[in-house]
Amino acid sequence: MIIKQLTVFLQNKSGRLEELTDILAKNNINISALSIAETEEYGIMRMIVSDHEKALEALKAAEFTVKTTDVVSIQCPDIPGALHETLKTLTNNGIDVSYMYGYSNGGTARLIMKINNPEKAMEIIENNL
Amino acid sequence: MQENDIWSECETYDREQFRKVQSERLVDTVKRVYEKVPHYKNKFDQHGVSVEDIKSVDDLSKLPFTEKKDFRDNYPFGLFAVPQKQIVRFHASSGTTGKPTVVGYTKNDMTMWSEMIARIVTMAGVTDEDVAQISFGYGLFTGAFGLHQGLEHIGAAVIPMSSGNTEKQIMIMKDFHTTALISTPSYALHMAEIAREMGVDPKKDLFLKWGLFGGEGSTEAMRREINGAWGLLATENYGMSELIGPGVSGECLALKGMHINEDHFIPEIINPDTGEVLPEGAVGELVITTISKEALPIIRYRTSDITSLNYDKCDCGRTTVRMAKISGRSNDMLILGGVNVFPAQIEEVLFNVDGIGPHYQIKVFKQGYLDRIEVDVELIDANYLDSFGKLENLNQTIKHKLRTVLGIDAKVNLMQPRTLQRFEGKAKRVIDMREDK
Ligand SMILES: [Zn+2]
Repeated sequence: MIIKQLTVFLQNKSGRLEELTDILAKNNINISALSIAETEEYGIMRMIVSDHEKALEALKAAEFTVKTTDVVSIQCPDIPGALHETLKTLTNNGIDVSYMYGYSNGGTARLIMKINNPEKAMEIIENNL
Repeated sequence: MQENDIWSECETYDREQFRKVQSERLVDTVKRVYEKVPHYKNKFDQHGVSVEDIKSVDDLSKLPFTEKKDFRDNYPFGLFAVPQKQIVRFHASSGTTGKPTVVGYTKNDMTMWSEMIARIVTMAGVTDEDVAQISFGYGLFTGAFGLHQGLEHIGAAVIPMSSGNTEKQIMIMKDFHTTALISTPSYALHMAEIAREMGVDPKKDLFLKWGLFGGEGSTEAMRREINGAWGLLATENYGMSELIGPGVSGECLALKGMHINEDHFIPEIINPDTGEVLPEGAVGELVITTISKEALPIIRYRTSDITSLNYDKCDCGRTTVRMAKISGRSNDMLILGGVNVFPAQIEEVLFNVDGIGPHYQIKVFKQGYLDRIEVDVELIDANYLDSFGKLENLNQTIKHKLRTVLGIDAKVNLMQPRTLQRFEGKAKRVIDMREDK
């Protein structure tokens, strides 16, 4: 399915991440998946949260540079080769993944993927997997 | 102190002779600019001063100041006092906007300029026996060409090296037996480092005797370091393109201030806040009036440089007034590796970049012996977060604009909003960590 991801600009400086998690905690927002991509100086934090609208508002109020992005979330079995199958299917259908992150729990893995055309990707996944 | 020649007898005039030549030339200059340059006519009229009011050098303070802004407002040739036909050379330096400050020279100006440099290089120890390597960048900036002409004029052998390509500089120095180095002081220190890295001992393997440094200020500590690193005798010289380029003043081997060529440039020291002329010996902003230039005569130019004047006769025998080392700037102009940059220029560049906020901070420090500048800006547009590529592009765009508009290479740091210091009243945007401590 297509879900909303929060994308936040973070400086690579101690305390910055904590400031963000503090705001989410105070607003009773749960993080279900996250990834931080970073360079030496700054990072881009991407996360799936329980209430993206509320989170966006709270972080904007705290003057974070933040936006929501459509991403594709899929489940696949937590077994060797499952991720490969998924990616191969997408690639064979001309879909490029800009970035992805995921976690597994209780036998299934959940993948979050940023894809230029999420609708088409969903269609392919539904028809092929 | 080492004995050396004095190039011109004008450098040993007594005060009465200086007064006479300054008065004559000032009266003539004022008349010329009033007739030939609408900017000055308007300014004098507004200021309520007429050409007839200026009878001698004592009347100088009746005239209005000229500022960097006047160059900008009259870009490119509005301040010129001769038709373009008489111009034989242009130079330019960075201005407070994207437009450079343009200066021009007539044939006579070129002759005068060479003469000024001849005096300065002579007082710094250079003779026709010397091989002079010019490691200033050749181009629109006045430094390289100015020294070049004057050094040729005294008969020194000039190597027009330009700046950069440091290993080649060292090689040429060694192979051509360079005896005089002309560069910025920071580049001289950098070159010494590279020489040692190449396994060249500047004191044993090279032949340098003299170092003539300018284009940026330096400290006594830096001089000691340069002298020690190269085994040469470092002197400093001063000038700015608006006035002529290098050649306004230079240090003699007594090393007690820079002799101003005051038969061509009249110095004053003013209180930078009130404009009031300060008494002899007081520290304040240097104001210079050019009294022999044809293409671009400048009346009471506010240099922003803080110094003081000493009229005592020098140990070297010269009587020309000496200015102390520049101790600071009356405004916030930065000199980065010899390039003049105003924070306002950086601000203007940043304001024209999408995606970043209005707050910024400029940090300047020494990396090795070179000036390094970092600009912190706040990322406010979340659309750049789609990928690192977008963020990197934004970063490169800012860097590129700073380089093309201002000629500086800055590292750009993208920061979170609200992380840069906010100011009430006058902002302190610049943190200069280069101070000699
Ligand atoms: Zn002297």
